[in-house]
Amino acid sequence: MNHTEIIAKINQFLVEEFEVEVELITPEGNLKETLNMDSLDYIDLVVVIENNFGFKVMPEDFSGITTFQDFYDYIAMKVGTKETV
Amino acid sequence: MNRVVITGIGIYSCIGKNLDEVKDSLYQGKSGIVLDPVRKKFGYRSGLTGYLDKPNLKGVLDRRSRIMLPEQAEFAYVSTVEALQTARMEQDYLDDHEVGIIFGNDSSAKAVIDSTDTIREKVDTMMAGSAAVFQNLNSTVNMNLSTIFRLKGVNFTISAACASGSHSIGIGYFLIQQGLQECVICGGAQEVNLYSMGTFDALGAFSIHEDEPTKASRPFDRSRDGLVPSGGAATVILESLESAQKRGAPILAEVIGYGFSSNGAHISNPSVDGPVRALKKSLQNARISAGEVDYINAHATSTPSGDASEARAIHEVFGQTKPLVSSTKSMTGHECWMAGASEVVYSVLMMKNDFIAPNINFETPDEDSALLNLATKTTEKKLNTVLSNSFGFGGTNSSLVLRNWKN
Repeated sequence: MNHTEIIAKINQFLVEEFEVEVELITPEGNLKETLNMDSLDYIDLVVVIENNFGFKVMPEDFSGITTFQDFYDYIAMKVGTKETV
Repeated sequence: MNRVVITGIGIYSCIGKNLDEVKDSLYQGKSGIVLDPVRKKFGYRSGLTGYLDKPNLKGVLDRRSRIMLPEQAEFAYVSTVEALQTARMEQDYLDDHEVGIIFGNDSSAKAVIDSTDTIREKVDTMMAGSAAVFQNLNSTVNMNLSTIFRLKGVNFTISAACASGSHSIGIGYFLIQQGLQECVICGGAQEVNLYSMGTFDALGAFSIHEDEPTKASRPFDRSRDGLVPSGGAATVILESLESAQKRGAPILAEVIGYGFSSNGAHISNPSVDGPVRALKKSLQNARISAGEVDYINAHATSTPSGDASEARAIHEVFGQTKPLVSSTKSMTGHECWMAGASEVVYSVLMMKNDFIAPNINFETPDEDSALLNLATKTTEKKLNTVLSNSFGFGGTNSSLVLRNWKN
């Protein structure tokens, strides 16, 4: 899976599962604030990541993620894709 | 002690998705029963069930609120919105007053099974997701509706098998009568999914008149062979008379009596003595004589022994006065945890529209039902006082007495 595909997949589940308006998803946007995430939403993000990318996320992994770009980078790193996204 | 009135009702059932549809179905004697082939494939002895679509709440509730709701809570959300509209109670009022909620619910089978299947497959509890625990708990309807409507009063669930909905109204009535609450949203909810009734079907308690689904539920008829499971949700808003008048709310009826009892006997076999005690206590609590009751909405589910026992109990208490009796389960099937609340809604609709809904599919009495004055056809009648029975596994009994409110 290349980076474009990763980003497309992430954006797709953010829109479909988390009902984020697509125009609000920008690389520099704040993930937590845009999704209005609470502690329960992190659980669902873990579930959706495992179902889409096949790896387990520890909730504490989210501590280094602020923007959508951070999130894309984290997923890309975990799936073993090294290119800049 | 405070007088307790009903200011709002709402319904989502197999005979209609709102009060108008349900009123018409009750008047026309329309059945909501179908044969579900999926149940047969799954291993049910009987594939008969009440049928209702799931409400589409996308765009109505936000994602977080929506994903927390198992289907019975979705039904209850819809019936509660309608009840609040009937009561002319807006969110501003709920925000500024101590309004409580007591719902009857006694299972959340699909949510429990689906989340357990996921954990078993993934070997990781977290994969069940954040909503599972809130869908799984028996109090799921209460916790969800109290959150959505930001309620600040009493908040707990009544689990009393097929009398859950009726006891929820009885307890709400007591709390308001005692001055502990001004307004309580009461009701009952029942899931209808594939998993909801499998273990009940295991008892062989369901009708197998599958060739004619709409004729399968036939309370009090000699040829009855079991109940037909059904579901949905019903909401009844109880309020002190003082609060209702202060708000200028439309008053539909008054709750004047509640009687309860336990059989103290077999876990599933019905008794005559237990219901008789509940009936007598409800009349004592209402401070009325048997002769003042115009109509009894019977619990009668269409099981051979249950209907016979109830007929004998009604005869023992009302044998001299013989009020009209019908079981709306002949149309709806047995709405189980919801039934006690939905049958209060049906009774209020009858009172407000001057008719008694028919006990459809009744053709031939047996020696017990011959004792009753059954309304087998739609009967035009002004109703002043009605009584609604609900009985459940474990021998839990509830009788509620309602009085029409004439503005």
